[in-house]
Amino acid sequence: MQATATQTNPIISFKHVNKIYDNGTVGLKDINFDIPRGQFLVVVGLSGAGKSTLLRTINRMHEITSGEVLVDNESVSDYKGKALRHLRRHIGMIFQNFNLVKRATVEKNVLSGLVGYYPTWRCVLGLFTPHDRKRAFQALDRVSLTKKLFSRADELSGGQQQRVAIARALMQDPKIMLADEPIASLDPRTTKAVMDTLKRLNREDGITVIVNLHSVELAREYADRIVGLRSGELVYDEPIDQVTEAGLNQIYQTKPEA
Amino acid sequence: MSTPEIPQRPWRQRYHVSAIAWTVTIVVLLILSSMATGANFGMFLANINQFTVLLVQMSHPAWAYLSVIIQPLYETIQMAILGTTIGAAFAIPFSLLAASNLVGNKVLRNLIRLFLDLVRTLPDLLLAAIFVAVFGIGSTAGVITLAIFSFGMVSKLFYEVIETIDMGPLEAMKSVGASKVTIIWYAVLPQILNQFVSYFLYTLEINVRASTVLGYLGAGGIGVYLQRSLDQFNYSATAVIILATLVVVMVIDGVSNHLRRVLL
Repeated sequence: MQATATQTNPIISFKHVNKIYDNGTVGLKDINFDIPRGQFLVVVGLSGAGKSTLLRTINRMHEITSGEVLVDNESVSDYKGKALRHLRRHIGMIFQNFNLVKRATVEKNVLSGLVGYYPTWRCVLGLFTPHDRKRAFQALDRVSLTKKLFSRADELSGGQQQRVAIARALMQDPKIMLADEPIASLDPRTTKAVMDTLKRLNREDGITVIVNLHSVELAREYADRIVGLRSGELVYDEPIDQVTEAGLNQIYQTKPEA
Repeated sequence: MSTPEIPQRPWRQRYHVSAIAWTVTIVVLLILSSMATGANFGMFLANINQFTVLLVQMSHPAWAYLSVIIQPLYETIQMAILGTTIGAAFAIPFSLLAASNLVGNKVLRNLIRLFLDLVRTLPDLLLAAIFVAVFGIGSTAGVITLAIFSFGMVSKLFYEVIETIDMGPLEAMKSVGASKVTIIWYAVLPQILNQFVSYFLYTLEINVRASTVLGYLGAGGIGVYLQRSLDQFNYSATAVIILATLVVVMVIDGVSNHLRRVLL
């Protein structure tokens, strides 16, 4: 593991991040931690603990109420319009329900990862350069789905759809990959394929990967580090060689003991 | 180990209280409203033989009349296609702005909806009368009437479709840094296209029928001939016009079914 100079220059930092929803529900409570470049971080916790919210504060899909989220040492809170879109195009995201356009071809879905780099009129007319079309093919090659290039997305199985979603994120040339319960609607075998793909991107391309998971077993298998959320609070944060069964159980306790 | 007791259904559910109550209420309301408006079932039965006389006449269509109405029927179809296309084209931006899942701004959305409600309130006959007065007798008045009528109807149908789409792809497009227009183009349009086509053809079908009535006011098309035949009590000619219109409607219906299957 390469953890030399990375500690001093985190790619993402949370500084006193609070999120309170309009109806008064506390989403996140005083979150403080850094994510070093190239880490495979797994966030665990019960449903509603704030995992999805935490993930979405990084690319500003959710706004925070107070505090600061830094990406590459820059606070993302003030980004608007174009600057915000430029932030997002370097952050890949995959979702529990894959979020592909089901009626469109796999190729179009993969190319749609590029739209942040193209002016709107070229996106509308579908004028992608031959170079980028080749990249789309290569991205599909990395998730072993080249044969499906011209299939419609809804003809694919769940696991294949999630790999198309990963290929779409790859087109963004991301520094960070956010994965929100990427395997929650998949069976055990396709789960392994998707998690292995994420791990490979992390190791080979040095992409910082942040994954929300329900499964503690998977977290222990893939993570470099595990953080745990409970009711919007960070209650657990250990590198993988310090993770113990007892420590993880503590995340899932409904009543804190003190 | 004992089997758990099956919970008893509450008596309201067991005797279908609410379903029966609703049926009774609706029947009572129907009877009351027929009494209030003076719609009399007895009168309907007493005069039913008048109706059979008319039906007998209509059951002998004067097929020779077909050669007279082919041209105006063709004009009617052209009017309907033009009017529906213009109306639907304008409906697309308005329906996007009126959809609550795309436009967060409540004020803008409600203004657009108010405008659409207003357009739908205007009866097509009134519109036709106005445009005949402005543009003179002929199909121009008919096309504009149909365009406005279609616009109001299609906008509502379209924005209701948009509100049922899966928001997942929109979130994904937002997360890759897409602009608003790109999000709509990549994540919204593919989801609604086939229903748009289906509603477009449905409106076209309605417009073919509506334009027969508009002809009454001089807005062109086959309506003029429909009016003429009725005025002359030439019911065998009326029957031909109705049957010819039926054929057109059936063809549109067939095309609509086919396209929906292809585009699904």
